[in-house]
This record gives sequence, structure tokens and C-alpha cells, in this order.
Amino acid sequence: MKIASKAYTALIFLFLYAPIVVLVVFSFNASSTRTMWGGFSLRWYEKLFEDQMLLMALRNTLIIAVVSAAAATALGTLAAIGINAYRGIARKAIMNVTKFPMVNPEIVTGVSMMLLFVFATRLLGGSSLGMVSLIIAHTTFCLPYVVLSIMPKLHQMDPHLYEAAQDLGCPPVRAFFKVVLPEIMPGIVTGLIMAFTLSIDDFVISYFTSGTTQTLPIYIYSMTRKRISPEINALSTVLFGVILLLLLVVNLRKSKDGKEAAAE
Amino acid sequence: MKRFKRILASFLCAGLLLAGSVQPSMATGEDAPAPDTGVTINVYNWGEYIANGTDGSMDVNAEFTRRTGIRVNYTTFDTNESLYSKLAGGGASYDVIIPSDYMISKMAREGMLEELNFDNIPNFQYIDEQFRNPEYDPENKYSVPYTWGVVGIFYNKNYVDAEETKSWRVLWDEKYSGKILMFDNPRDTFGIAQKLLGFSFNSEDTDEWDQAASILKQQKPLVQAYVMDQIFDKIAGGDAWLAPYYAGDAAILVEENEDIGFTIPTEEGTNFFVDAMCIPKGATHKAEAEAYINFLCEPEIAAANMDYVGYSTPETAAKELLPEEVQNNEIYYPPQEILDNSEAFVALSDEMNLYLDSLWAEVKMGGPGETATLIAILVFFLLLYIGIVVYKKHKRKMQAA
Repeated sequence: MKIASKAYTALIFLFLYAPIVVLVVFSFNASSTRTMWGGFSLRWYEKLFEDQMLLMALRNTLIIAVVSAAAATALGTLAAIGINAYRGIARKAIMNVTKFPMVNPEIVTGVSMMLLFVFATRLLGGSSLGMVSLIIAHTTFCLPYVVLSIMPKLHQMDPHLYEAAQDLGCPPVRAFFKVVLPEIMPGIVTGLIMAFTLSIDDFVISYFTSGTTQTLPIYIYSMTRKRISPEINALSTVLFGVILLLLLVVNLRKSKDGKEAAAE
Repeated sequence: MKRFKRILASFLCAGLLLAGSVQPSMATGEDAPAPDTGVTINVYNWGEYIANGTDGSMDVNAEFTRRTGIRVNYTTFDTNESLYSKLAGGGASYDVIIPSDYMISKMAREGMLEELNFDNIPNFQYIDEQFRNPEYDPENKYSVPYTWGVVGIFYNKNYVDAEETKSWRVLWDEKYSGKILMFDNPRDTFGIAQKLLGFSFNSEDTDEWDQAASILKQQKPLVQAYVMDQIFDKIAGGDAWLAPYYAGDAAILVEENEDIGFTIPTEEGTNFFVDAMCIPKGATHKAEAEAYINFLCEPEIAAANMDYVGYSTPETAAKELLPEEVQNNEIYYPPQEILDNSEAFVALSDEMNLYLDSLWAEVKMGGPGETATLIAILVFFLLLYIGIVVYKKHKRKMQAA
């Protein structure tokens, strides 16, 4: 039984990681076909760092992801605290309105946002959508995920803690930063990471709201008439490596913190 | 530790590269760069369709900025239709776009293109006579050709005889059932059927389109898939043996893989396509856009682009700068009689386009048989759902009792 369960786990991991392994292996392929192995080479990595257009698209994607994740997290945290203060039917209604963008098909969100942005830029005398509209769009669709990852933490928190802090002489703002924020921090971090990944990933909504700015997913998609260049394999490998490193650092620090806390 | 530092250093380098990615590279220039004009033009082109400085090619956009001081915001699209929807949606203001022939005539008809001022494009003189005043832009008011090419058949030499590929009929040959690929866009796919039947691509006769659709439906069981760029991997890997595609892409396939051949079917003739530079209505920097078009027409720039992209240039002066073996290669520069025997796409009327869309859906969906399967699946899920609901109700009743 134990062997079976282990094999099952291994199989799941195989399914999850086999595509990434193939991608990493083929990023070192000397031939330009995606199916045949032509020997080891770093040529795609070289090409990757020479390709200004690709780096430009990557830069745009990262700027949008960082800004919109930060904005969505800030807004989402405030919203979650506000919603948590509601009771009864009002709260249910607001939660449903918050969840709605998540179930709404992306393409509908994308098209409707494009229409709104085009209308607004015309009104303001602008000529083209771009970075700003992308950041607003990404912040919007990330918001519900942030709110939903913070809500459970607020639920778990003892509401009397905040009152106790005030009883002991903390002004409300200080009580929030000293008591509430540390309690819900794990939820905020989860929300931030989720918003960041969703933003990097997004194609459909960006496609409609991008104007003359190009993000990485759009750039990759536009290669499909000729062929998706293997530099994309190289880029994905670099991104995967960086994220893996980041996760390792975060986890190591966490376990270190945990040990220190235990020692105290 | 040393190793870690090295890795860190390489990441820092990557970061620096990212940060500095906007600066133009000093590829080939003796003279000093022109002062920055503060103007940025927005260019919208096909993906992978310009020399970008990789693999020792010229970074064309950076070179333009260096010479003129005009910056280029260069973005890419995947199909003519997505270019059209982007411009029609009103969300983007572009200065230079590079659509294909039939899209140019459609956009010109709808008033979406600006007339060019050819005084600003003196390099138009290099464009060969046969590419001037084309069918899609009869008075040559809106467009300057960028590349051209023809559609031909890629085939695997181990399984398919080169003689057979001289006719589009080979794509209907049952011997190759399951090894045939077709385009995933209606005009290219219908075009093959139309040529086989001896019709024009630009027919406005619904009867001719119906006939083309019916032979495509016959062909469907033999077709492995309707795809675009996956053709390269499927053909190179031997999953498929026959696929029609654009000659410009022959370079990668035929040169890297000696089992792969390419033929332009001469029996019925083929499609001849042009991608040309235009300025959309409402462009904010028209003069600068014309400077960019003029720059791309310069023979050495055009040659650098074609060398990287692999498609054919409409300028003899640029062609002469390309390697001898490319110039004499009939894949890229087919003899005149093949060109005379080929036809270009022109925009269809709106009603015809709608009709074509519905025919295309029929061909890809594959007749009533598959619709029945689809309905069967839906009914199955509906029954399953009803079953679950009834079972739950029953259970609740039992518990209550």
C-alpha cells in the first residue's frame, strides 16, 4: 500500500514537471526544431540576450506585474478589512460582487475593459492604450484573488485583540499596524504572490487592453505564423530558475525564523 | 562560494542587460548617431519578421534610430485578422503597419489607410515594376511592398515522390491519409481547393465556394490537423509528410533537414502573396512613418531583413546583395512562368466573407456526424446531472423517513 501511494505521488510529480524538464532540456538544443536533439549548445541563451524586442517585452511584463500586484495587494487588503466589518446580507452581497470577476470569462472582461478604456482615452484626448491601461486592467482582475486570500485570515483573527490594543492606549491606526497587520500578513503575502503570477501569465485581457505596448505572452503568441523560436525555451528556463531560487530563499528564511522563534 | 558569486554575477549581468535594453546597439556605423528627436513611432509587424540583431544580423530598428533620431516602438501580431481587430477596436494608434495583400484592399475600402506621400519615400524607385500598382492597391496609393512569396508543398522525400507534389491533388491522395496537414485559416485552405478546381481565389460566386468546400470536406478524413506554425515540428519530426506552407519558411525546414523537400505546384498554379507597408488613418507621426518605410526600402536594409526573415524581396537591388545561392534558389525566386501562373488574394465583399466563415466552420466541424457526437456528449452530461440530483433527493427522503 505504501509503495502504491508513493508511486502515485511520483506519477503526479512526473506529470507536473515533465513538460518543464523537456523545456529545460530543449533550451540547450543546438538544432532549431522542437522535436529533434541536435547536440548541446548555449546558442539560444546567447540569442535571448541579444534580442532587444524580447527583452523589451519581458521588461514591460515585469513592470506591469510588480506595479499591479502591489496596487492590487494594497487595495485588496483595505477592501478585505472593510468587507470584514460588514455583517449579514450586505456582506454577502459585497463578497459576491467581489467574486464575480473570477467567474466571468476572461474574454468578456478583456473586451469590456477595452471598450471602457477606448471610451475614456477618447474623452481625455489620448490616442492610444498602453502601459497605464494594462496596469489598471491587471490590478482589477487580481483584486478578487487578493481579497479572497486575506478574508480567511481576518476570520481567524480574534476581533477582541484589536479592541484590547485600543484599551491599552493604542490609537486606532497604530493598533492596526501593530496588531491586525501582523496577524493577516501571511494572507497578504499569498495574495501578492498570486497577483504577481496571474499578471505575468495573463494573455487574454492584456491582448485587448495593451494598445501599442507589448507584453511577453503577446510577443510569444505573435510568433506563431513563423514559429515559436527556441529562445523562448531559454527564457522560460531562466524565469523558472529565478522563481525556484526565490522560493528556496523564502522557504529557507522561514524555516530559520521558525527555529529562532522556537529557540526563544 | 565562488561559484555562487559567479551565478550572482551572471544574474546581475542579465539585469543590466534588461535595464539597458532600450539603448540602440552600435552595430555598424562610422558616423555619429543622429540627435534624439523625441519622436517615437509605433510599428506593427508580423512576429519574427525583421532582422533584430540576433545571430549576427543587423538590428534594423536600432539602426533606424541611430540614423534619424526617431525611436521605434516595435510590436508584433500573428494574423491579418488580429491586426484588423486591433485597429478597428480603436485601442491603438499605429504609425506603420504591415498587413498582407487582401487585408490592404479591405482596409483601403473601409477608409482605414492614409494615402502615402511618395515624395518622402524616394526609395520606392527600387521596387521592381511587377510589384507596383498591384491588384490589391491598383493605383499604388496606400502601400509599399515589404516581402512577397508563394505557397508551395513541403514533403518528406522518404515517403513522397517529388513528381506527385507538382499538383495539389497529392493532398487528396488516400495513400497519405493521416499524414497531411492543412492551413488553419480559411483563405489559404480554400485557395488550394479553388486552384485544384480551376477557380479564382477571389470569386464572388457562392457556387464555386460551395464546390471548394465540398472537396475540402472529402479531404478532411485524410487530414491530420489544421495548423499553422506546428507544421515545422510535425514535418521535421516525420509526424506528417505533406503540408502546404509559405516558401519563405522553406529556409529553416529544407536547409536543416535533408529529408524535406519543397515544391511549388505548377500544374494548377499557386497563391502569390505580398506583405506591404502602410500607414493607418489617424497616424500621429506620418512624416516619420514615411521615413521609416523609406528606410526599410533601402536595398542594404531590405537585404539584411530578407537574409534574416527568409522571405523574398521585391527589390532587385536588394536581391543582388543576398548570397548567390539564395538568389539562384527557385524556392525564393521562382522563374517568371510560375509567377505568371499564380494569383494574389484580393479582399472579398463582406457578404462573401461571412459566407466563407460559415463554410470554413462546416469544413472544420466536419459535417453532421460530429455534431451528433457533440450532442450525444451534452445529453450524456445532462442525464448524469439529473441522475445525481434525483439520487440526492431520494437519499434525503430516505433519511427523513
